[in-house]
Amino acid sequence: MTDVTILYDSIRWEEKSLLEAGKKKNINIQMVDCKKLALDLEKKPEDYGVVIQRCVSYYRNLHATAALEGLGVKVINCLNTGVFAGNKLFTHMLLKKFGVPTPDATVAFSKDAALEALETNGYPKVIKPTVGSWGRLISKLNDKESAEGIIESRETMYPIYQIHYLEEFVKRPPRDIRAIMVGDKIVAAIYRNSEHWKTNMSLGGTAEPCKVTQEMEEMCIKAKNAVQGDIVGVDLMESEEKGLVVHEVNNTTEYKNTVRVCGVDIPSLMLDYALKVER
Amino acid sequence: MNCPECDAKLNIPEDASVGEIISCPDCGADFEISKKEGSNIELKQAETVGEDWGE
Repeated sequence: MTDVTILYDSIRWEEKSLLEAGKKKNINIQMVDCKKLALDLEKKPEDYGVVIQRCVSYYRNLHATAALEGLGVKVINCLNTGVFAGNKLFTHMLLKKFGVPTPDATVAFSKDAALEALETNGYPKVIKPTVGSWGRLISKLNDKESAEGIIESRETMYPIYQIHYLEEFVKRPPRDIRAIMVGDKIVAAIYRNSEHWKTNMSLGGTAEPCKVTQEMEEMCIKAKNAVQGDIVGVDLMESEEKGLVVHEVNNTTEYKNTVRVCGVDIPSLMLDYALKVER
Repeated sequence: MNCPECDAKLNIPEDASVGEIISCPDCGADFEISKKEGSNIELKQAETVGEDWGE
């Protein structure tokens, strides 16, 4: 009988380490390649145990979770987390609702409306796709000329890129923080340092351990609850004006660098958590 | 095992599992291990990074 299913579409260090941790703990782990999966939506599948959703493809991740959860399988994280955390605007609204400080933002629904909002609110601003990852297509708009060019180029793209999400450019040290939450606890956190204003590890940022403060943990618990998450990566910035602000919650967080620099066995903690949750 | 693209020698770790991505050190092509039975390994072209990939 399967205790935990790891649903993946690409085996990264994270997925391998979950499998290894499961072997050490004597947990029955099933690895399921989502690319090979066809789910009969009329029949509850047997023998999944608790599913840890690890698909790197956003759409595959979201739809597989919707199907399995709808069929009565417990998936970590749940569909709502995938929907909410997968969209920067949805996350923003929920963070505000739950009293979590987050950078100010404006949404505009056409090029002209976006340029008008930028004129009113001033430059620089950061334009982010509401759905997107690894820092892709996130641009800093320094002035009207750059904004016109960048926003115009989005007019030819898939419609999601015509939802213009404009975020304040937060003045901060050249780093941000990634906190890994397993349930109501930050199990480890890192600074992601970068000379570039984008600090994503995938863009070459470097990691070092970050001390977890009570303020940070309380903020991250609220952020996790805002998106109804179980295991999430919360990204924070140290704003010169506002102190800590949360700018993103990651539904399928990567943790390779966090484990490497903090020495915390995150995969084991994830499995312990998965076995404890109600199915 | 050699790279199906450029024939360079691929370094496939002993504990590599099905689904894992192997990159060729010479040409940089990515392959996914599609089958592994003992030392018998089959590769297929890895998916290119999708527009919706990441977190």
